[in-house]
Amino acid sequence: MSEKVLMKGNEAVAEGAIRSGCRHFFGYPITPQNELAAYMSKRMPKENGVFLQAESEIAAINMVLGAAATGVRAMTSSSSPGIALKSEGLSYLAGCDLPAVLVNVQRGGPGLGGIQPGQADYFIATQGSGHGDFRMIVLAPGGVQEMFDHAVLAFYLADRYRMTVMILSDGILGQMMEPVTFGNTVSDAPEKPWALGINRKREKNIVSSLFLDPYALEAQNFRRFERYAEVEANEARFEGFMLDDAEIVVVAYGASARVARNSIAEARSQGIKAGMLRPITLWPFPKEACLSAAKTAKAFISVEMSMGQMVKDIELAVRCGCPVLLCNRVGGVVPEPAQVLDCIRKAADL
Amino acid sequence: MSREILIAGFGGQGVLFSGKFLANIGLLNNQEVSWLPSYGPEMRGGTANCGVILSPDTIGCPVVSRPDVLIALNLPSLDKFENAVKPSGHIFTDSSMISKKVKRTDVIVHNIPAAKMAEDNALSGLGSMIMAGGVISLLDGISDDLIESAMRKTVPKRKQALFDSNMKAVYIGQNAV
Repeated sequence: MSEKVLMKGNEAVAEGAIRSGCRHFFGYPITPQNELAAYMSKRMPKENGVFLQAESEIAAINMVLGAAATGVRAMTSSSSPGIALKSEGLSYLAGCDLPAVLVNVQRGGPGLGGIQPGQADYFIATQGSGHGDFRMIVLAPGGVQEMFDHAVLAFYLADRYRMTVMILSDGILGQMMEPVTFGNTVSDAPEKPWALGINRKREKNIVSSLFLDPYALEAQNFRRFERYAEVEANEARFEGFMLDDAEIVVVAYGASARVARNSIAEARSQGIKAGMLRPITLWPFPKEACLSAAKTAKAFISVEMSMGQMVKDIELAVRCGCPVLLCNRVGGVVPEPAQVLDCIRKAADL
Repeated sequence: MSREILIAGFGGQGVLFSGKFLANIGLLNNQEVSWLPSYGPEMRGGTANCGVILSPDTIGCPVVSRPDVLIALNLPSLDKFENAVKPSGHIFTDSSMISKKVKRTDVIVHNIPAAKMAEDNALSGLGSMIMAGGVISLLDGISDDLIESAMRKTVPKRKQALFDSNMKAVYIGQNAV
């Protein structure tokens, strides 16, 4: 096994991208994701890659679009307000069916909000990332090792399905250090016969999201959603923690899941059958796992640093067969294990 | 056993660095570790703190809100975190920076004039590493070799000239407890 290195989540995701063959990074500064771009600025020149600080977030995402159109693995990163600015580019990436990777190290919002950790971009990540009908695959790392692993996974999935993959992190995961092992999990980029580039032996390729013929545009949309259906069928991921016999099922991702883990262990020691279902993909949401957990569950609790954004996904997944409670803090405040434990106890008394 | 350590002081006192050193101690001691800094306005010229967890088990919440060990390098930090320390926990105060006494009677207090000891030993600015040495003396099974390896990992490669002075600070701290 390779040596464990202590590093920040922001650095681990950058290292994972570089080890996945990403040689094109376009960024714009914002706290709490700055270490990611800083790491890229040091490493990319050594790897003969491109690190470019764009003039804005909008420019950065469009540079990703340009790079991805040539078939290379490209990436950008930002934090909540900067992600909103990228919406237009995300829609164009989807309209062009281009693979790309985007990291969101979330902070409290809305507006400029604050710079402390948040999870209030759940909707923008999973439901409304931009105009038009499109989806992104959304990965939710639960620690610094997964920040690395998910970078590798993101480039694989992006190429496999020709989609943008968002790594939805938060200020805690970005800023904290934990030991990381760089596994041999790097995926080779597949052939991209659609990519732009000089090749006189083939017909010219066109990468565009403009289809003035409505029937052609409709057909594009239907084809795209067949691919999305494949993603939903194959790529939903989650991790269970004490889930098998759980009567109180906590659903939490990212930093919230880390907090909830303590509360669940404590609840178990008090005789409450609590467990956690931690979505690793937020889109596709692990619906079947939720439904299956609902068989033993009395209640679900969504622990999140947002105003109940994940609650509806859980309700839909369990087909409203179980009450879904909300346990949250927002605005940059992180829930404490005691608060989550309190909520678990209340749910157990329902 | 699991140890949750909170280090707090002014920016520039080595809060984050000493925390990283303790995290590397845990890492080389085959423990699970996490290190979480305060970031933002307080880092830019105000108070800074960092939570380090060393544990035999997978670490859940990385936020240290109930520390087993508090290192207070200035008065605002002691005022802010004294009551958060778990009963029977340890409070290290830099008594050359803080004249106030710890009020809690259910904790073990270590008053170490770390900043002054650093000054007296030509280790100016390494008070937090003296404190880290003090914390290491509470941990089991930490050999001198392990401390040295952890320091090699912690001191950046381009600053290895600072290795010896940091090691000296840690030894002073170990002997001060």
